[in-house]
Amino acid sequence: MAITLKVNGQSHTVNVDPSTPLLYVLSDELAVRGPKFGCGLGQCGACTAIVNGAAIRTCVTPVSMAAGKEITTLEGLGTPEKPHPLQQAFIDEQAAQCGFCVNGAILTAKAYLDKNPRANEKDIQQALSGVLCRCFSHVRMYKAIAKYTGITTSAAASKGVAR
Amino acid sequence: MKNAMNRFTLEARAALQQAGLVHGLEKPDRESGAGRGPAPQNGVSVPAFSRRDFLKSSGALIVGFSILGNRNARAQFGPAAAGSPPAGQVDSWIAIGSDGRVIAYTGKEELGQGIVTAQTQLVAEELSVPFEHVTLIYCDTSMTPDQGVTSGSQSHPSNFNRANLAQAGATAREALFQMASQKLGVPADRLTAWDGVISVKNDGAKKVTYAELLGGKKFAMAVNPNAKRKPVKEWKVLGTSVKRQDFPEVMTGRFEYVHNVRLPGMLHGRVVRPPAVGARVMSVDESSVKDIPGVKVVVKKDFVGVVAEKQMYAAEAAAKLKVDWSAGTGLPKQSEIYDWLKKQPSRDALMVDSKDTEQALASGATVVKATYRHPYQKHAGLGASCAVADVQGDKAVIYSPTQGVWHQRNCSAMILGLKPENVRVIFRRGSGCYGLNGADAVTFDAALLSQAVGKPVRVQLTRKDEMAWENFGFAFVLEQRAALDARGNIVAWEHESWSPNRGGRPGLGNPGNVVTGNLVGFEPQPFQPAPAAQPQRYNNNLNGIPSYVAGRVAAKDQGTGTVKSEKVLTHVVASPFWTGPLRSPSRLQNTFAHESFMDELAAKVKADPVEYRLRHLRDERVIDVLKGATKLANWEARPSPKPGNKRTGVVTGRGVACVAYEGDNGYTGIVVEADVNQDTGKVSVRRIWVAIDAGPISNPDGLRNQAEGGALQGMSRALGEEVTWDNEKVTSIDWRTFHSLPLGFDIPKMESVLIDRPDEEATGAGETAITVMAAAIGNAIFDATGVRIREIPLNPERVKAALRARG
Repeated sequence: MAITLKVNGQSHTVNVDPSTPLLYVLSDELAVRGPKFGCGLGQCGACTAIVNGAAIRTCVTPVSMAAGKEITTLEGLGTPEKPHPLQQAFIDEQAAQCGFCVNGAILTAKAYLDKNPRANEKDIQQALSGVLCRCFSHVRMYKAIAKYTGITTSAAASKGVAR
Repeated sequence: MKNAMNRFTLEARAALQQAGLVHGLEKPDRESGAGRGPAPQNGVSVPAFSRRDFLKSSGALIVGFSILGNRNARAQFGPAAAGSPPAGQVDSWIAIGSDGRVIAYTGKEELGQGIVTAQTQLVAEELSVPFEHVTLIYCDTSMTPDQGVTSGSQSHPSNFNRANLAQAGATAREALFQMASQKLGVPADRLTAWDGVISVKNDGAKKVTYAELLGGKKFAMAVNPNAKRKPVKEWKVLGTSVKRQDFPEVMTGRFEYVHNVRLPGMLHGRVVRPPAVGARVMSVDESSVKDIPGVKVVVKKDFVGVVAEKQMYAAEAAAKLKVDWSAGTGLPKQSEIYDWLKKQPSRDALMVDSKDTEQALASGATVVKATYRHPYQKHAGLGASCAVADVQGDKAVIYSPTQGVWHQRNCSAMILGLKPENVRVIFRRGSGCYGLNGADAVTFDAALLSQAVGKPVRVQLTRKDEMAWENFGFAFVLEQRAALDARGNIVAWEHESWSPNRGGRPGLGNPGNVVTGNLVGFEPQPFQPAPAAQPQRYNNNLNGIPSYVAGRVAAKDQGTGTVKSEKVLTHVVASPFWTGPLRSPSRLQNTFAHESFMDELAAKVKADPVEYRLRHLRDERVIDVLKGATKLANWEARPSPKPGNKRTGVVTGRGVACVAYEGDNGYTGIVVEADVNQDTGKVSVRRIWVAIDAGPISNPDGLRNQAEGGALQGMSRALGEEVTWDNEKVTSIDWRTFHSLPLGFDIPKMESVLIDRPDEEATGAGETAITVMAAAIGNAIFDATGVRIREIPLNPERVKAALRARG
């Protein structure tokens, strides 16, 4: 059936089975690269998109539930030339290795911080408790989030010296 | 320049697309975000046109090798026939465009470790151009030199020392200086170069550009092993923390992972793996999926897959397809695995043997023995593996996240029954790799399904496919025996280990080393039990030999320590599961046993664990990383356990460990401070201090990133990661049953010190910090509680049980 999706401010009409996971529609029908297949079980965050302000797991969300709602993917925050400040903080802190997880990390943090601008370190940890990064760029991601929010975290206090 | 390059890429793509040379990716549109994905940027994601096309279009007439095949008919297959350019020729590595842009080719790929940025720095440095003026193309079997596999901490040593990319760059620079010298009539030693211009020192008006010098010609010369590398003290680009050039696209969702590759007419595939280890296909009921639109079922021996137009239908069909499988072959009981390992027929190796350890152990003032256990673990990349293959008749183009495109080409050819020269494998980054994950298997899956349906097929593994069937990191049981003299010094050290093995990297001819190859009928490389021979040469590649022994082989002490009575015996046995290299394979398990045992010995004689290590070390670089980490941590000299800690509640301890990775391929020392909650058994690492020496530092921030990620990954592996199984199948199949530390935990504060060694050779870096974490945490638990836990993972249940036994 025809479903209209509003992705990063643009409307698209797709003809798909309404039970199709939103992830497949975004990546296969609309060639959106931000959300990624991690587990297909809603356990890791790689497929995250922001729908009407909330970070959701698109791999377990039927496309029909997103119809007509505002969908924001990693592409929708900023561009390589003009990244969103949170994306810029991730670039500045070099907060990734393979980068497969940053979609989940950035969008989950973004959605949470939009609603909870006064969040403290524990709150942010709690918000990211369902997001995985297997390269373990955790220290840098917290540094980037700290840079974006101005919150100091113990991980963000990490440092290095060369001699 | 970057814009010019992008424009070239886009124009070339358009032209080639028109000529049928390149698959039609989406129309580039970088602004809208949604909808069409952007074109690959900065040259690293060059689509399937040929090396010659690429160079021609950039104005450089450099063709290092011949082009075969008919360009008009499926021409993207054509260049594959040429194979890789010869590694001994400069043109295989370096080309100069008419605009002065440097194009470099490498066989070492970006897996997330930052090696592409570092290699780009290297080329920029050797050719004296800004970082932005180099385009690096990597790992395409028809464009880049064959450098085997990107693995084993070998990229930095291979390409940054006296061969390959570094030496080709140095040769190219010398050649350009010679040409400039002739053209300008000035001796080469009076010339200087920057930004593609060679000028006379103190007379900048006399100059010539690289593009003018080459005049559209290729270098046409062999890589000169004597060409002089740029001295470290003159480095402008190397040695600096250049940022990863892929990150602006990664962070904004534009980067093309293999999961994002889309070909025209591409279908979606899923596989149906056996329900139990060793189960075989008896029959497949295709009618069970007949009501799912457009599904094609593919069966080849024990390989079962489905293809559909929509990914959802492929997933549905894979879940619903009725396959009658035979019973599995059964698995040893997980609770008895370590005893089981020791009872199997084994292939043995002696790494060192002074032939006097038995006597020393019989007569030592004190003898200490301990057994350590390390479970099977897994790579478990965040994204389940994916690949895209287009097999048409007798030719194939495959987009793969493999670590070895050339090996993959050979093995895919074997599986498909094609000639290797008719298969082109192009690397596209997958999810984080850490070794032999599902990347090679899924590439075979995609190739098989594409061949069966005659169309391009993208295969996405499920989480369970990935986690149940990847090649796991080796389980290990390790025995340590040491004799101490009256002063507490070690006088003899015996180490004996058992580890299981099945399959591994497919290499050039063993597709059966991973699950898919085996399902279609290829056997894994055979396992033959064999007795150990006396060691002929020193090889501590697996870190079986502890850092503290002399390592005497061929009448020469070659180890990093002082203990002269030494024996290291290893047993490899057949594994019930697929195994393969997982970041720091065997090195991590051996180091866990060595560095834990060293701590036990120090405690036995009430020595400070750092002082005790230093007492038995003689290698300056190991000593320096150990001292570097302990100095950073303000280490207080005292024996473990820490005096005064209570026996309930949360207590804090510190642990140390160090290693010469693979004997001489990277050095690290680490100190951790950990809390142990004695009521719950939970261990929380609070602080990490790490020192790393990887030779001359190519990119300090990149090295630090590896140290930080390695330390935390090592921590996750030490504290929670373990493959589990029942009597027939793997049961750790998702993130509920396999425990990786998420982003939301108390992340330790980490401090690192990078020890620069400008006069040494470049070593590996990515596997150093991870290697020492398990021991350092175990030592910290002992320091905090007085309890020694000799089995990984150090999870709350195990810690609590050990504390209960302490009383």
